[in-house]
Amino acid sequence: MHAHSDQLVRDLSRKALEFRIQVLKMVYSAQSGHLGGAYSAAEILTALYFHHLKLDPDNPSWEGRDRLLFSKGHACAMLYTALAHRGFFAPDELMSFRCFNSRLQGHPDPVKTPGVEIAAGPLGHGVAIGVGTALALRMKDAKPSAQTSPSARASAARVYVVLGDGELNAGVIWEGAMSASKYRLGNLTAIVDYNGIQQTGASADSMPTEPIGDKWKAFGWHVIEIHGHNMRQVLDALDHADEVHARPTVIVARTTKGKGVSFMEYDHRWHGQPPTQQQYEAALAELQQGVEQWQN
Amino acid sequence: MAELVPMRKAYGEALVALGQQNSKVVVLSADVHNSDHSYMFEDAFPDRFFNVGIAEQALVDVAVGLALNGFIPFANTFAAFFATRAVEMVRTHACYGGAKIKMMAAYAGLSDSFDGPTHHTVTDLAIMRSLPNMTIVVPSEAGSLSGLLAQIAAWDGPVYCRLNRNEVPVLFDSSYTPQIGKAYTARDGGDVTIIGCGIMMGRVLEAAEQLHKNGISARVLEMHTIKPLDNNAVLDAARTTGALVTAEEHSVIGGLGGAVAELVSDQAPVPLKRVGVHDRFTETGPYDTLLDNYGMAVADIVSAAQAAVSAKKE
Repeated sequence: MHAHSDQLVRDLSRKALEFRIQVLKMVYSAQSGHLGGAYSAAEILTALYFHHLKLDPDNPSWEGRDRLLFSKGHACAMLYTALAHRGFFAPDELMSFRCFNSRLQGHPDPVKTPGVEIAAGPLGHGVAIGVGTALALRMKDAKPSAQTSPSARASAARVYVVLGDGELNAGVIWEGAMSASKYRLGNLTAIVDYNGIQQTGASADSMPTEPIGDKWKAFGWHVIEIHGHNMRQVLDALDHADEVHARPTVIVARTTKGKGVSFMEYDHRWHGQPPTQQQYEAALAELQQGVEQWQN
Repeated sequence: MAELVPMRKAYGEALVALGQQNSKVVVLSADVHNSDHSYMFEDAFPDRFFNVGIAEQALVDVAVGLALNGFIPFANTFAAFFATRAVEMVRTHACYGGAKIKMMAAYAGLSDSFDGPTHHTVTDLAIMRSLPNMTIVVPSEAGSLSGLLAQIAAWDGPVYCRLNRNEVPVLFDSSYTPQIGKAYTARDGGDVTIIGCGIMMGRVLEAAEQLHKNGISARVLEMHTIKPLDNNAVLDAARTTGALVTAEEHSVIGGLGGAVAELVSDQAPVPLKRVGVHDRFTETGPYDTLLDNYGMAVADIVSAAQAAVSAKKE
């Protein structure tokens, strides 16, 4: 593991804020979509797509790519934004989000959208599909060294699953977690965007999942807990996870739903509601101010 | 009496043969591989076999991950679970999301007879058939499995394949080589066509023989592929014989009978009688007793054919 430069951390942090502006425009224009969970995942997705993942946007199905399985499908406005800016399709297309005849469906469609690995929206699928994906990659790259040596990262493709905390309510998450542990899938990393709020209110009220780190640990996973809006911590945790072998790793990223727009933060009503014009303008101003701060 | 062959063993052997031919084939089980005989694949290829435990939703999702990344996963559990507990996974990732998984549905229909209605499957064809991009295969003979399995592996999409728990009769000679999507004409006739699948084929052929003795000439189609339905064979049967009967080990709602009814009502309306379970749950008992008592006796097929022939004369 090497230290990430201040410049990298600053650039990625600014990018995550810029992406929030893009997502705001998409959801405002569509008058439909999910801002809160997109905003909580901004730093996680930016770190993955703009630093950590091995990808070839010109060849989205390149065999050697890392697989990012975006399980919390409702937050896909942020996924689409990251993919477009990473070069999988033109950023101009982003404004077709949730429109008729668009490749950018209300929830991700891997058949239509370049760079999307799995369908999502119905929650809870990411871990088990991640298990199948990790098993496939391990069988393809059967050289033992590629899975166990410290320099494995240079050669072996890995699997990253981005989960919401709400979807940890679903039983199939834990079915998948058991299989990942049974098959010692060191090439699988799950990142929980733990924003603490789901559709009807606090996750702790909907369905308490704490102590969440202990739960994953009990299922045989290596657990890393971080602050999910601290770009340096996100980058370090991803590196750390890559160095864990013979068992899967989960990064529990503590985040804030609606992060970046003060009146959206911690408010479950911003799970799936579009902003009015007045709210849009206020949010835009606040986010632009944030971007400027990172430029200083 | 036709020779009986255990379908489970034939399946296990066919799976191993497929594994030898195609290194991309992997097999998953929800911890029932000693029941459905996919354990034979585990014995032959332990590195390509995955037991996900009693977790049918994960069974499908793990298979999805394998399918999306270059492998051909054959997922095994009881038929009673694919189209019930795991159906959201099937719809979202196999049918919508493009994962070409192969679902091998063991103990299908009433074949796990003594385990009772919780383990009987009489709605799976209806549920699976309603999903876009799904292909549904119902083999009738154990001997046809190896040929069908190779086609299922090569099929460009998800496949749901029913398997019978029990010994099943040898019905056809070696010229029988079923092709997915193509009906097999097991007997020719001009007064009525009986379209059957799976374990019902033995009963359909027996019914055709009885009808023959009573002066009714019945064509028999073996419809091993429920979806995509061989529309041409059904429409030709409707137009040339003028009356149809379907016979399936399934509810009369939405399965083979439903598929045929939808097609002919639209393109070649003729009298049609559907033989199957009449919208109810079954009960525990010997397999043949259940088939006989839940609407699938030879006599049910015969009377359905007679009624269909009468209806066309009216």
